[in-house]
Amino acid sequence: MSEVMLSNLSKSYGSNLALDNVTMTIPDGAFVVLLGPTGAGKTTTLRLIAGLDAPDKGDVQIDGRSVLPDMPAQRDVAMVFQQYSLYPHLTVRDNLAFPLRSPILNWSEPDIAKRVKDVAEVLRIAHKLDNKATNLSGGEMQRVSIGRALVRQPRIYLMDEPLSSLDAKLRADLRIELKRIHNDLGATFLYVTHDQIEAMTMATHVGVLDQGRLVQFGTPREIYEAPVSTYVATRLGQPRINLLPADTFGLAPENAVQIGLRPEHIRQGAGSQATVKRVEHLGDQTRLHLKLGSHDLITLTDVHTRLAPGDPIAIAPENPLWFDASGARLP
Amino acid sequence: MAEIVIRNLRKEFGDFVAVKESSFTIGDGEFFMLLGPSGCGKTTTLRMIAGLELPTSGEIYIGGEEVSQKPASQRDIAFVFQMFALYPHMNVRRNISYPLVSQRLPRAQVKAKVAEVARILGIESILDKPVGGLSGGDRQRVALGRAIVRNPKAFMMDEPLGALDAEFREHMAEELRALHDRVKATTVYVTHDQLEAMQMGDKIVVMNHGVVEQFGTPKEIYDHPATMFVADFIGSPSMNFLRFEGGFHPGDTAVTLGGLQISTPELCEEAAGRKLALGVRPEHITLTDTGDYRGRIEAIEYLGTTQIITLSSPHGLLKARTPASQAARIGDTVGLAFTASTLALFDAGTGRAFRTSANAGMHHV
Repeated sequence: MSEVMLSNLSKSYGSNLALDNVTMTIPDGAFVVLLGPTGAGKTTTLRLIAGLDAPDKGDVQIDGRSVLPDMPAQRDVAMVFQQYSLYPHLTVRDNLAFPLRSPILNWSEPDIAKRVKDVAEVLRIAHKLDNKATNLSGGEMQRVSIGRALVRQPRIYLMDEPLSSLDAKLRADLRIELKRIHNDLGATFLYVTHDQIEAMTMATHVGVLDQGRLVQFGTPREIYEAPVSTYVATRLGQPRINLLPADTFGLAPENAVQIGLRPEHIRQGAGSQATVKRVEHLGDQTRLHLKLGSHDLITLTDVHTRLAPGDPIAIAPENPLWFDASGARLP
Repeated sequence: MAEIVIRNLRKEFGDFVAVKESSFTIGDGEFFMLLGPSGCGKTTTLRMIAGLELPTSGEIYIGGEEVSQKPASQRDIAFVFQMFALYPHMNVRRNISYPLVSQRLPRAQVKAKVAEVARILGIESILDKPVGGLSGGDRQRVALGRAIVRNPKAFMMDEPLGALDAEFREHMAEELRALHDRVKATTVYVTHDQLEAMQMGDKIVVMNHGVVEQFGTPKEIYDHPATMFVADFIGSPSMNFLRFEGGFHPGDTAVTLGGLQISTPELCEEAAGRKLALGVRPEHITLTDTGDYRGRIEAIEYLGTTQIITLSSPHGLLKARTPASQAARIGDTVGLAFTASTLALFDAGTGRAFRTSANAGMHHV
């Protein structure tokens, strides 16, 4: 397993600057999640590391050596795409064994059989090993395509939204499986998603991309608790952070233009007078939609609250984040 | 606007029974969710209410009038589909006014109505734009506008947010619900997304294999599921089931599993030597230092305010939701405590929930 270093990486497609001077180190054994909306540059980063595209500027190093001159096959990386790509004429077993039968690797058939069986069990497709790849559900096909990356032990696993086509339950199971595989193998992962739950739960580090630029890199807890900007603050957290004019609750620090309040950082019982607009009972949490002057905000409350639409409620900020006119967080 | 009453509704397609004897009432002005996995009969039910399918048997009352065999055009219902179909060669204004123009409403009246709908939806600035260049959100708003402008008795929506990405979907869900709070139109909404149903709905019907499993408010359904299917389908992570064999008597306030007494709400029924399941929501498991019921921490998932802890227990894997501040380490063995008043007991064979002091009067079984 390996450390991957990106230095000053830029890439344009025509007039569209997809990646803008990105510098980032993916530590050996880390699970790095790149987070950002469509078009932020997540997939481009993966493609440059895998060698599917060449950067306009900058360097990609794996284990201290530039891999730019290397062909994709020589880089020894495994990539899982959002859309599963299997050999339709082969069985699941042969699809999984395919990467191991490469002459460069020189594995014996019994070793291949054992490895395929182990991976199939992890992904819970062992009972489908003799099925044709086309004779599977969408979720099963995606597991086979993840499995095809896992049978090898490459220097880094690159995954591009591998769970986005699966249903919610399977996604939750596979999140834990991927995390366990990461712990067991000590492998290095670079994982692209726009699902914040995946980012929060699996990552050792999260890189937040905005229009091709890396705007913050840190642990999920750092990104959640100390976002550098309103953009980063709105990436994580459900319901999302409330952003209001800085003076909504009275005094604000100098240069503060907006106050950011996570839903759990609104104290109830004293302070400014707001009105309950809607109460959402989601079971494990109850959300209150409030109107404070002309502003809407969302907070959490006791699961068994008696509050109803129209009720008054006094609220005050707790541990607020402050942002300046450019959206940057004030220290 | 109108109340909709569904009585013993049934639909067969050849040998296949898509909907079996369903009965429920949609209150006037309610935002009503038909929830279930694909193939459960929810879309068929919606289509029967709208008049796009005729039921094999049963009755549908809209505003007191029995309409089950009437064509869609006589039911005065507006339908919003998953893929919003707009007329591409018309601009926004003409798309929205089309239903009124085809009813031959006077021009001044059409103009006033379109202006009002545009104001409600916040799309006044794009009224004269072609629909071709609009964003997904604006297209959705225009499609809604075309439905609202007729002022129908009810709206039918079939996964209208299904095609949108997660972030935008959450935004549109809030917008739709806020719109409903302003217009107060009876709305029947089909979805397979339990969170969407919990977030937006006043009432939810949960369907499975053509059968109504439960009908109630989001809170009733979450706190007191009538069946194991509902308990599993609603909530993420879903309810834990501790399966065991045993029995209990009316008046008991605990069950014995694995030699341990676990406190429950007071039981109102009799069961002996049965396969049972104790249902525990993840947020009702507390990690303790002591405690006789032990589990080993297998995984921890940080979620900001809370974390999900996966534990292996004598009854299989369990998921607990605890505050993110709770210290936990993979590999540790900890005691588990369950919040007694929230526990449910199910017949593991039929999946039905037993009556207890907690769910008394909640469902009709």
